[in-house]
Amino acid sequence: MTAIENFTLAALLDALKTKKISALEATDAYLERVDRSGALNAFVTPTAEHAREMAKASDARIATGNAGPLEGAPLGIKDLFCTEKVSSTAGSRILQGFQPPYESTVTANLWRDGAVMLGKLNMDEFAMGSSNETSFFGAVVNPWRRNGDDAPLTPGGSSGGSAAAMAARLCAATTGTDTGGSIRQPASVTGTVGLKPTYGRCSRWGIVAFASSLDQAGPITQDVRDAAIMLRSMAGHDPKDSTSIDTPVPDYEAVLGQSVKGLRIGIPKEYRLDGMPEEIEKLWSKGADWLRDAGCEIVDISLPMTKYALPVYYIVAPAEASSNLARYDGVKYGHRADEFSDIVSMYQNSRAEGFGEEVKRRVLIGTYVLSAGYYDAYYLRAQKVRKKIFDEFNDAFNSVDLILTPSTPSAAFGLGEKTADPVQMYLNDVFTVTGNLAGLPGGSVPAGLDGQGLPLGLQLLARPFDEETLLKGMFALEQSAGFTTRPTDWWAV
Amino acid sequence: MSVDKDTVRKVAHLARIAVPEDRLETLAGELNGILAWIEQLNEVDVENVEAMSSTVEVALPMREDDLADGPTGGGQSDRVVANAPRTEDNFFVVPKVVE
Repeated sequence: MTAIENFTLAALLDALKTKKISALEATDAYLERVDRSGALNAFVTPTAEHAREMAKASDARIATGNAGPLEGAPLGIKDLFCTEKVSSTAGSRILQGFQPPYESTVTANLWRDGAVMLGKLNMDEFAMGSSNETSFFGAVVNPWRRNGDDAPLTPGGSSGGSAAAMAARLCAATTGTDTGGSIRQPASVTGTVGLKPTYGRCSRWGIVAFASSLDQAGPITQDVRDAAIMLRSMAGHDPKDSTSIDTPVPDYEAVLGQSVKGLRIGIPKEYRLDGMPEEIEKLWSKGADWLRDAGCEIVDISLPMTKYALPVYYIVAPAEASSNLARYDGVKYGHRADEFSDIVSMYQNSRAEGFGEEVKRRVLIGTYVLSAGYYDAYYLRAQKVRKKIFDEFNDAFNSVDLILTPSTPSAAFGLGEKTADPVQMYLNDVFTVTGNLAGLPGGSVPAGLDGQGLPLGLQLLARPFDEETLLKGMFALEQSAGFTTRPTDWWAV
Repeated sequence: MSVDKDTVRKVAHLARIAVPEDRLETLAGELNGILAWIEQLNEVDVENVEAMSSTVEVALPMREDDLADGPTGGGQSDRVVANAPRTEDNFFVVPKVVE
C-alpha cells in the first residue's frame, strides 16, 4: 500500500471508494503520524477514539453504497470551530475546558459528507497573530527548515496548526479561517494551498468570532484540487448566519484544467514593496510569465489605496474583536478567576488571567477607537477608507478577471524573531488583508523555494463569488510551478 | 493623538481587563506605536465617502418569530449553562450585584 503521506485528499477518496484502503486504516495511519508529531505542536486536542468511531461508520456507509463526497477522509480542524462535546479553545486560556453543546455549520457540513475528525489544531489566540506564537498552548513549529539550519521557524498564523499539519501530512486536509490572511499566509510559508472564499460563502455560525465583518472559513490542503473538493463541502447557505449568501455551490473541481486562455490578469504595482526580497519579486514575475504562457493577458493595474489596508484593518478588526470578546466574562463559560471582591473585579481578573498579551492589546485598541471622542477620528474614518479600498477593487475587476500578487512579503521566519514589535508582525499580512476588507475570494499556491530552501507562495484574488475562476487560475499556476518539494520528517519520533 | 497612562487605565477599565499599575507605561508605549502607524489614514480624503461596515450588500434576512428547533431553540437551559464556572438550578451564579 502507498504510505498515507503520499496520498492527496483526491487520491485517498478514490482509494477509499474502490476499497483499496478502508477509512479505519487511513485514520489509524494518520493517527500514528499525529502521535509522533509532538515536536510540531500542531494538534491541541487529538481525538483518536472519536476518529476511529467515525471511520468505522464511514466504512459501514462505503460497504452499503451510501458514501458521501468526503467519505472516510481524515481531517484536522482548526480549534476556532466549535465541535460538539469536543474541547474548542480558540487557542485561549479563557476557553480552556469549553465543550460546545453544538457543532459549527462548516464542520457539520464536513461530517454530513462523511469526513472523519482526527482532532483540533493549534492556532494563534482568537486567531490574532501571524506566527502562531500567541497561542496559549505554545507556538507551532514549521516542518520546513532553512538549508543546513535546525532553527525552528514559524508556520505562519493564525491557522498555523492547520498549515503545519498539512505540510507534515498529519491529515488528508485541514480547515482554517482567514480574517486578515490567516489561511493564505500560513499556507504560503508551509508550501501548502490555502483558499479564503468570498465573505458569505461559508457560514460563520459556530466559529468563535474575531472580527465578524472579515472572518471567513476555508481549507488548507496539499494541492488545488483538494481545496476545490473541501470548499464544495464547507460552503453553502446557512440561515443561522445572517451574512451567509443564498447562492448555489458549484462543483468547483469540475473547472480544474479548463483553459485559462483569454483571462485578464491584473498586476497591481502597489504590491511591489520597498525592501521586499528580490526572490519574491522574481517569483511574482515568473507567475505572470506562466499565466501569459497559458494564454492569459497580463495587465498592469494600480490600487493606490493598498498601503492603507493594514491600518484600516488594525482599527476595524480590534473594534469588532473588543465587542465580540466582551462575552468572555467568567459567567457563562470559560475561565473565572479565583480571587475577586465584586462582580467588576471578577470580570477584570477573569479577563486579565484568561487573555494573552496580544489579545489584550487588541481589545484595548478596539475599545479606544470605539470610545467617545475617538469614534469619528478612528473607527468612522477607517470604515470610509475601507469603502475606498472596496470600490477600488470593484473598478479593477471591471478590466481584469484575476489579480496576481505575492502571498507574503517574506518566507517563514524564526520563532521569536518578530515578537518584540507588534507592527512588524502585522506587516506579514500586507498582501492578504485587502481581500478581507473587500470580501474577495483569494488563494495562495506554492510556487517556488527561496535561496534557503523555504517555500514561497503566489496569491490570486477574484471577484466576489467567482471561486471557479479563482480555482482555475490557481490550478494553472500550480501546473506551471510544478512544486513537489516536501519537508523531511525530522520531527517524527 | 497619543495615549498616556491615565488613558490606558481608563480604557482597560472600559474593557474590563485588570492591568497592574506597573504595566500601564509599557502598554501606553505599545498602543502609541500602533496608533502612530494607524494615523497615516489621516492622509486619505474621505470627504463624501460612505462608511462601510459589511461587504455583503443585502438587507438582513427576516424570519418568522417562531421558537427554533435544535441548538438555537428554547427549553434547554441545562445545555445553556453546561459550561458555566458556577451554576445553581440552571442559573448562572455571580457575586452579589444588588445591595
